Amino acid sequence: MALAEKVTSPQLYLQAQTRWRPVEIAFWLATLLPYVLFPNYLSLASQIAVTALFALSLDLILGYAGIVSLGHAAFFGVGAYTAGLLSKYGWGEPLTGLAMAALAAGIVGYATSFVICRFRHLALIMLTLGFGLLLTELANSAGWLTGGLDGLQGIHTWKLLGYFRFDLYGYAAYSYALAVLFALFLFARRIIHSPFGLSLRGIRENLIRMPAIGAPSRAHIRTIYTIAAAIAGIAGAVLAQTTETVSLDSLGFERSAEVVVMLVLGGTGRLYGGLVGAIIYMVARDQFSGVVPQYWYFWIGILLVAVVVFLPNGVLGGLAKIASRWSRP
Amino acid sequence: MSAPALSTRGLAKKFGSLVVASDIEIELPQGVRYALIGPNGAGKTTLINLITGMLRPDAGRILLDDADITMLPPDQRVRRGLVRTYQINSLFPHLTALESVTLAVCERTRAARIWWRQLPAYQHEIDEAYDILSALALAAVCHRLTRELAYGQQRLIEIALALATQPKVLLLDEPAAGVPREESKELFAAIAGLSGDITVLFIEHDMELVFRFATRVIVMVGGRVLVEGTPHEIASNPQVRAVYLGKATGKAMQEPRHG
Amino acid sequence: MLPPIFGVVFDGLAYGMLLFLLSVGQSVTLGMMNFINLAHCSFAMLGGYVTITLMSRYGWPFFATLPCAFIVAAVVSVGFERTLFRRLYRASELDQVLLTIGLVFISVAVAAYIFGTDQQPLQLPSYLRSSLTFMGLRFAVYRLILLGLALAITLALVLGIEYTRFGARVRAAVDNQRMARGLGIDVDRTFAITFALGSGLAGLGGALAIEIIGLDPSFALTYLIYVLIVVSVGGLGSISGSFAAAVVLGISDVAGKYYIPQLGAFLIYLVMISLLMWRPLGLLGRR
Repeated sequence: MALAEKVTSPQLYLQAQTRWRPVEIAFWLATLLPYVLFPNYLSLASQIAVTALFALSLDLILGYAGIVSLGHAAFFGVGAYTAGLLSKYGWGEPLTGLAMAALAAGIVGYATSFVICRFRHLALIMLTLGFGLLLTELANSAGWLTGGLDGLQGIHTWKLLGYFRFDLYGYAAYSYALAVLFALFLFARRIIHSPFGLSLRGIRENLIRMPAIGAPSRAHIRTIYTIAAAIAGIAGAVLAQTTETVSLDSLGFERSAEVVVMLVLGGTGRLYGGLVGAIIYMVARDQFSGVVPQYWYFWIGILLVAVVVFLPNGVLGGLAKIASRWSRP
Repeated sequence: MSAPALSTRGLAKKFGSLVVASDIEIELPQGVRYALIGPNGAGKTTLINLITGMLRPDAGRILLDDADITMLPPDQRVRRGLVRTYQINSLFPHLTALESVTLAVCERTRAARIWWRQLPAYQHEIDEAYDILSALALAAVCHRLTRELAYGQQRLIEIALALATQPKVLLLDEPAAGVPREESKELFAAIAGLSGDITVLFIEHDMELVFRFATRVIVMVGGRVLVEGTPHEIASNPQVRAVYLGKATGKAMQEPRHG
Repeated sequence: MLPPIFGVVFDGLAYGMLLFLLSVGQSVTLGMMNFINLAHCSFAMLGGYVTITLMSRYGWPFFATLPCAFIVAAVVSVGFERTLFRRLYRASELDQVLLTIGLVFISVAVAAYIFGTDQQPLQLPSYLRSSLTFMGLRFAVYRLILLGLALAITLALVLGIEYTRFGARVRAAVDNQRMARGLGIDVDRTFAITFALGSGLAGLGGALAIEIIGLDPSFALTYLIYVLIVVSVGGLGSISGSFAAAVVLGISDVAGKYYIPQLGAFLIYLVMISLLMWRPLGLLGRR
């Protein structure tokens, strides 16, 4: 009767999948290490947290719904500029700044989602690229608003919760970024483990089959695209608030391409892939920051080729493979 | 006299100069088992694509239970109970069998829009999915990834997905295609076990299935309906034999020996 | 006196022809194998650098370098196709995008390393840098020659694809690869040759482009975007589609920058997005 016992409770089986694994808890505890081990690197750490959040938002559409976007930085930039402009024109309260950034990026995301949900393959990639480039051009020409090439000046973030000041030491900045990251991670985790998350995976696995089981796939895509845009916007806002600068590269093609690289490096569709990829990428970039930009991109190019050929599911995918080989005697 | 479960009026479609459907008029009364046969390229799968909304017809109407659904998008036709399976498996490779069927159930109950509650909380949907899989003898493998299942089992998942949507009219596109004899037992049992409330139209080349399950047969050739009748009438129809000339005709059209 | 708009259209046409040469190969190979090769413009860049090297280091005349640019780009591309790209024909779009973007980054870095990051100066003979005056407008001789050359190549391509056996095989493979294989067509070989031709044309385009848009290592990335716009708007696998799209985009871009310079590149993206939304498979695409 052992076999029957094993499958008598499908619900419990599914529930086990949503439980927190020990390695996850270890990961989040490890994010506290910088306070102790790398106190001089806290500003880098907060940038990593911001980038990780951005990569997480991309994972929601790329890893879970299969939408390849080369223009995701548009939402990051919208969020950053929203928070920056709010602060510049007198309202520097961080949390409401986040809310406004999420709203602005979410609205742009919602509007573009109506176009995005109707396309696939090359047309989709081109549309995301086109929207991103369009927004970059707009931001460039609207110099009176965005500060153009010089970026936004005069941002001053108020004290967080009326008490914590963002200083040069970076404690407040990192705590802020980490807290926002964790909160939104929990949010994303909830989405992934919901029935909606299951339908997203269905869309990724077989888009054509979805309408045939009665799924309104376009509506689903619009929803997740909007959510991902809002989260990307929050990431941008955190960066703007903690560094007190916003420039055009926050929405440029380089940032869009970079976040795709990070996510693929870490492994798509695994929730932690973006986080891991961001950490590896940003740490590496910091270590090699003396290198001339072209040569940095040379190694990124090599990395991309290597990942596609040897490690198609990213670092986490590779680790998962090793882990499963270990557990099978 | 209740309305037919499904009917088409003057359905037509062409791609450039290639006519794939011409003046198709069919009527499926409630609860019947009809077979749709015809040589390759006759337009059978195209007809299914037209009926389910994957293709837009150039002319004609489609009626489901007397309601005109010609303009409805595919997912809404499914909501009204018009469901199909695919000739070549169209499944979710990296979802487990249970997840796939649960997904179909959740889409039906609209639970799939919920992103703030966790999946395990949806006891009803999971149980229903599990029951469907059990009825198809797939309970033991419900936690295996779809891509890891045997072909015959995957074919059953195709049917499971369709059943999860609680169909009123079920269009099966060559359900036994590619399934080796040893694995087709459950498949036949599944088709035989379909509730009498469901109206079934299935495309098949396997005459054994046709004779076993169909009460009536529609023959299509070159995008048109050639003739319609009981399996015996069709088997002895000289026109139909001529159409199948070149294949293993004589054997294919004979009634299978029973016993 | 001709109004300046003729000059703008002429320049736009020449620019469009250039875009066409750069894009036609990409369009056909995408239509045939559904393989997204973002490194396409790296081959164009290669052709440009071949011309520069032959002219400045070995003193070759400009026109003599053009066939070399074509051949070198074609041969190198086949090398990549046989070794690396073949593995990815069945891979996901994302993988194809990532691998070929990786190659672009590598090519940009290599070009920067060998040639430096500055624009390459091109010493054209004086007659090529002159212009003809016609009805009050000045038409650059170089652009006239570019137009003529591109139109001749277009004609050769269209005739080739319609009337040669090879062209028939290409059309069959683009239309329905499985069928073509079933008919006994060696699709892989047809694809390799088409790929070489397309990359060769890109190399030629890169060489011809130096005088008009300059050449530096970022070429591979900057013009990639334009090529992708032409390909997606024109329709995959369609030579005439690429032609039409290239002309439309070339003229829009030049006209946009001339009449409304604040819009800059803005206009081209808007045109692309609108056209794609109207016809997601491209103006003349079939997939």
